Amino acid sequence: MTSVLYDVPGPKAIARNRILGLVTIVVILAAVGWVIWRFAATGQFSADKWEIFTYGAIWQRLLDGAVATLTAFAAAAVGALVLGFVLAVGRLSDRAWIRVPVGWLTEILRAIPVLVFMMLLYYGLPVIGVRMEPYWAVVIALVAYNGSVLAEVIRAGVESLPRGQSEAGYAIGLRKAGVLRLILLPQAIRAMMPVIVAQLVVTLKDTALGFIITYPELLYVIKLLGSNAVYSSPLIQTAIIGGSIYVAMCLALSYVAYRIEQRTKRRQQQQAAEGGTPHHPMGPGGTDTELIALQARAGKLDPGSAPPA
Amino acid sequence: MEVITDNLDLWGEALTGTLVLFFGGGLLALLLGFIVGAMRVSPIPVARAVGAVYVNWIRNTPLTLVMFFFAFCLPILLRERIDAILLATLALGVYTATYVAETLRSGINTVPVGQAEAARALGLTFGQVMTLVVLPQATRSVIPPMMSVFIALLKNTTVAAGFSVLNLGSVRAWLSERGENQLVTLLWVMVIFVVLVLLLAWLQRAMERKWKVAR
Repeated sequence: MTSVLYDVPGPKAIARNRILGLVTIVVILAAVGWVIWRFAATGQFSADKWEIFTYGAIWQRLLDGAVATLTAFAAAAVGALVLGFVLAVGRLSDRAWIRVPVGWLTEILRAIPVLVFMMLLYYGLPVIGVRMEPYWAVVIALVAYNGSVLAEVIRAGVESLPRGQSEAGYAIGLRKAGVLRLILLPQAIRAMMPVIVAQLVVTLKDTALGFIITYPELLYVIKLLGSNAVYSSPLIQTAIIGGSIYVAMCLALSYVAYRIEQRTKRRQQQQAAEGGTPHHPMGPGGTDTELIALQARAGKLDPGSAPPA
Repeated sequence: MEVITDNLDLWGEALTGTLVLFFGGGLLALLLGFIVGAMRVSPIPVARAVGAVYVNWIRNTPLTLVMFFFAFCLPILLRERIDAILLATLALGVYTATYVAETLRSGINTVPVGQAEAARALGLTFGQVMTLVVLPQATRSVIPPMMSVFIALLKNTTVAAGFSVLNLGSVRAWLSERGENQLVTLLWVMVIFVVLVLLLAWLQRAMERKWKVAR
């Protein structure tokens, strides 16, 4: 195997790589050993620290926390997809009085940290007499941020389609709405599916911010149980167990994104083999980098510019 | 505007907190991300596996949870009081490093293999291949997405507000104790972030224009 960085290793390189591999293993073992030593030294392995997990009621509370996380996530995901569509369609509009304000709104929503938005809803709005549950503050803030990011993802998908697609649509007599609904959006969504699901992982991760504005999701339950002196404050233990639930949920959703990406790639290869024109909206890069680029490139303030030819 | 002018001391401290988190976390993320990125593209299977596990696990952990481990669990393990801002900076660095590593990796992957093969065929050593052929090209394609990572980092600094660090995300709590209007405070925080993000995005575009690869 040859790569940009190294050639096929010869006898010397193989020996050196073995040594470096051993060094890596030693460093990792040392790090793991240090953690275990600190655990032992501070009595984290003692039975009374783990006793809390022998009670069914405790597991029930962790489960309730996970359900609260998933409830907020589900509502936010649906809302963000809807908002994403609306903003994307608005930004693709031919009418400047729709396109420009929607463009500005999308850019501003993307530039505001989600947590600050949550705080505005939860701590700020009561000043003018609007009170809302932490749940709604979490959901609305997540919808606003992820909706604006998804809008950019969908728009990027539509704009990366070959121009002949929309021209063919107009040629057979479809109107703008028909071209968008029947020809452009289905293809764009299919091409952008891995990025859309990856953004949903971000949404799921960001529900943990609800912890800071006292929404009783999983992390909040972890903190609550972990500070309980009756069970000798097993904060590290609850963080490990509860944190694993969090990571497992995110990994599962990431895996879905990964599978979809693999499937899309395979289909493109098939098309290429059959002589069709493969369509690479994202290029060969990782979806995550593209995703961050879309999330953060809030400065591309061109809400008024028409879709490129 | 009075919310700011009457409490300049607090806003100054909050802005300093955010900047310390941003630059401290950014520096740590670059260092760690460089190491992990190098591991991910190395010819050593063990190092590749370790890098992959680190990147995949941390990237699928909410930043709030990472910070939770650093802010609450680490002091217990070390049996020491540690400055909250230091812990938050560490958490931001460890979390952002995964994105830095992935950006570097995909940057290196954009360089066609033929480039390195041609360089080797000319008889260049590993160091020469890297510094003269691969890295100059990879750097150019890395800079714009790397700036995006840092924009995300800037917004993520607000998470430290949940772990008793004074920064722009938590200035609301401090100001409300002085009896200031929380809504106005938060609106100003939003304005500041939009301005800072636009500033970074402008920098990103300027760099993108300057470093564009002609391919």
